[in-house]
Amino acid sequence: MAKRFKVIFDRERCKGCELCRSFCPKQIIAMDTQVNAKGYCPAMITDQESCIGCQSCATVCPDCAIEIYQLEEGEA
Amino acid sequence: MGLLGKTIGVAPIGCSVVAHQFMNVDMCEAAHGRAPAVASGIRRVHPERVVFTYQGDGDLASIGMGEIVHAAARGEKFTTFFINNGIYGMTGGQMAPTTLIGQRSTTSVDGRTREQAGMPLKICELLATLDGPDYIERVSLDSPAHIRAAKKAVRKAFEYQLAGKGFTFVELLSTCPTNWGLTPPEAMKRMREEVAAYYPLGVYKDTGKEAE
Ligand SMILES: Cc1ncc(C[n+]2csc(CCOP(=O)(O)OP(=O)(O)O)c2C)c(N)n1
Ligand code: SF4
Ligand code: SF4
Ligand SMILES: [Mg+2]
Repeated sequence: MAKRFKVIFDRERCKGCELCRSFCPKQIIAMDTQVNAKGYCPAMITDQESCIGCQSCATVCPDCAIEIYQLEEGEA
Repeated sequence: MGLLGKTIGVAPIGCSVVAHQFMNVDMCEAAHGRAPAVASGIRRVHPERVVFTYQGDGDLASIGMGEIVHAAARGEKFTTFFINNGIYGMTGGQMAPTTLIGQRSTTSVDGRTREQAGMPLKICELLATLDGPDYIERVSLDSPAHIRAAKKAVRKAFEYQLAGKGFTFVELLSTCPTNWGLTPPEAMKRMREEVAAYYPLGVYKDTGKEAE
């Protein structure tokens, strides 16, 4: 079975720079319309199942706001 | 690399003036441009420590040009991370020695011209003419792949320092979306296309490799 991943964004750490969104090869990152406490529109995942776990988003994030986990079979 | 407990950094003046709050490592603050002099002193007094400076292009290539050149010439045993964003970021976007020809800044409102300000300085190339440095590389933080390559360069510089070699230097091309007047993704694109064209990435000196 193909590997599955979970991408977690720290909403309050995110400054809405959109670098993760611009580098995601699967184009599954979007900016929320709800702002965080600092007033930025934080990044969020739109299609978790399509994530290939390449870590491009986490590598490029200037604020270390992204964590990526590999899911076990059946885990959501 | 397990070096956190034995490492001392020296912070500059610029946007990274509070680098000691961003990095979980002991750091010392230096006067503008003087980080290489402070780092020389720390490393000479504590030869068992790993020492680095973290400096912007205004800090290193204008007011601190004398310090970096002489520290490199002496082959001081510390590492410099040179953050080249082509601008004085902290003070609001004035022209730096590294600002590209044609680039607008608050002190070159119609774009930098060669007639008025000369050509932008290429620091890796300049320092590579000296005998003191053991390792000089220019990397770019313009994409995930290049960020991973930059990480390797940082590691290599520290490995050389641990091996007792002399001066090591990593230039990291960086963006300043705020003062370039671009969004962060647009700034990354400019860095890949325009900035790297003038500042070629690569290894400018590597005595470890030459010796092989
Ligand atoms: C002796 C002295 N002269 C001038 C300044 C004003 N000043 C503060 S930061 C800076 C330049 C910073 O540019 P750079 O090193 O490129 O750092 P960046 O903010 O772009 O990261 C200058 C000129 C100062 N603080 N001290
Ligand atoms: S890990 Fe790769 S595919 Fe998954 S969200 Fe991040 S950039 Fe996109
Ligand atoms: S790269 Fe980091 S800070 Fe920028 S939008 Fe994505 S999560 Fe937020
Ligand atoms: Mg600068």
